[in-house]
Amino acid sequence: MIADVSTLEGCARKVRADVLRMAHAGKAPHVGSALSCTDLLVALYWRVLRIDPVHPENPQRDRLILSKGHASTAQYAALAERGFFAKSVLEEYARDGGRLGEHAGPHCVPGIEAATGSLGHGLAIGAGLALAAKLQSAPYRTFVILSDGECYEGSVWEAALFARPALLDNLVAVVDFNGWSAMACTFETLHPLADKWRSFGWAVQEIDGHNFDQIVAALESTPYEEYCPSLIVAHTVKGKGVSFMERDLEWHYRPPSDDDLVRALREIGA
Amino acid sequence: MRNAFIRALEAAARSDPRVVLLTGDLGFKIFDPFAAEFPGRFINVGVAEANLIGVAAGLALGGMRPFAYSIAPFATLRCLEQIRNDVCYHNLPVTIIGVGGGYSYGHNGPTHHALEDIAVMRVLPNMIVVCPGDPVETELAVAAAAIHGKPLYLRIGRAGDARVHESAPEFRIGEAITVREGRDCTLVSTGGILPVAVAAAARLSEARISCRVVNMHTVKPLDDGALRRSFEETGALFTAEEHSRIGGLGSAIAEWAVANDRPGPRHSFGADDCFASLSGSQAYLRERAGLTAEHMAATIAAKLGRRAAC
Repeated sequence: MIADVSTLEGCARKVRADVLRMAHAGKAPHVGSALSCTDLLVALYWRVLRIDPVHPENPQRDRLILSKGHASTAQYAALAERGFFAKSVLEEYARDGGRLGEHAGPHCVPGIEAATGSLGHGLAIGAGLALAAKLQSAPYRTFVILSDGECYEGSVWEAALFARPALLDNLVAVVDFNGWSAMACTFETLHPLADKWRSFGWAVQEIDGHNFDQIVAALESTPYEEYCPSLIVAHTVKGKGVSFMERDLEWHYRPPSDDDLVRALREIGA
Repeated sequence: MRNAFIRALEAAARSDPRVVLLTGDLGFKIFDPFAAEFPGRFINVGVAEANLIGVAAGLALGGMRPFAYSIAPFATLRCLEQIRNDVCYHNLPVTIIGVGGGYSYGHNGPTHHALEDIAVMRVLPNMIVVCPGDPVETELAVAAAAIHGKPLYLRIGRAGDARVHESAPEFRIGEAITVREGRDCTLVSTGGILPVAVAAAARLSEARISCRVVNMHTVKPLDDGALRRSFEETGALFTAEEHSRIGGLGSAIAEWAVANDRPGPRHSFGADDCFASLSGSQAYLRERAGLTAEHMAATIAAKLGRRAAC
């Protein structure tokens, strides 16, 4: 069954609602970061990735690494909604003794391929996985979601420089370009981001990261060039879907209050 | 030890197709035979240690058995967070090879000296730390690392390391090797300083002090049984390492002593808490750090109240 755009939109509403509920219950930050990459995760988990929630360890499965690990609520929620584990597990988020930390631990729940949290790690790990697939002639692909602020890390560019000569056309990186790092606007300092990646030998597409037609088209047409790793610059909105959270850095830090949650869920239509 | 390492890795790669060798652009020519025999399984990631370790972790997640090679300080410090988060946190079968333990890269200077690597690797959860004492042990350690299946730091010398073992000893990770028997004291050594420790024991023997030499090639986990036996049978423990006296073997055994309610080492031979201020060969820098057979023997004799004898 191929998920169509309206299905994806419905899933995204559920995931966003879960993100807000988890952040509220866990009194945890980074809501804006989770909401900006929600549509990317939904497109991947419901449409693009060759995965089976019943067999999460299948060696041939596609891999997804959320290198911007602070957006973990969106990944936990997507995995639960997709059936990797019971939705009740989401209640363990940021709770004493719970399995779900603010940054995912190694294999803390089915579907988590790598622990992240410190920025700049996921792309090299993803490159290693993609290289392992090449060495084993395995068909799986590796997807890595990075934040824009993460692109300040030198290790991102070490991995970027490595991937093209290693011919990793089974590696796809997506930059969730929501325009904000933890303290600053990134538009000017990272501009032109796509050209930077192109100059490292990546084939690049720029899309609206909240338009499912564009997201799916970009993710399903990789590799864009033979032997080249693929990079998607997804232009997104931090806090997407909740008007009073959009483009407001406050929501990188502030957990939603009771009132915030009610208003936000109403806007999402969950 | 470097040549011994690559010979052993070639053998491991022959028997296990999962073995891959990554280098951070170091090892000119020595890896040519490996690269020729195992196309695709030799990867030079370039001068990029963070990526070296991150890619190694990804390869291990994908079912491979990567060995990541660079000069010891580069392989451990530049990419410390990758080792901690990507390799150790995930408990992955990645072996990190630090070539040039201690002062092996003498005249290259403190940027290339490895005097903190054991301390820094030892503190990481899940990490195993192995420092072979000679080329024979290096070969055995590589073979053991290839099948061990855990994060492992293998600290080797460079070139021209003296051979201690005439024949291959029994080698198991975590099990110390008694190189020389003794009754009056034990000198516990790790890494390439082993031949010096053996020579110190020989000098002590001339002074009628019977010094056991235990090669604690695995600094983590320590061989609990070997330490207990040495305390019980010889009384006094001394340690030797080409590493800072902070955080290395001496510290590890002091921690062991605290945990086991025993007295700690009587003296730890190692480098002072400073960078080498003058250029020097490995032999010169060892001498300045007191890592000579003469200094070790004299110090041990004095500590045992046998000052005049040595």
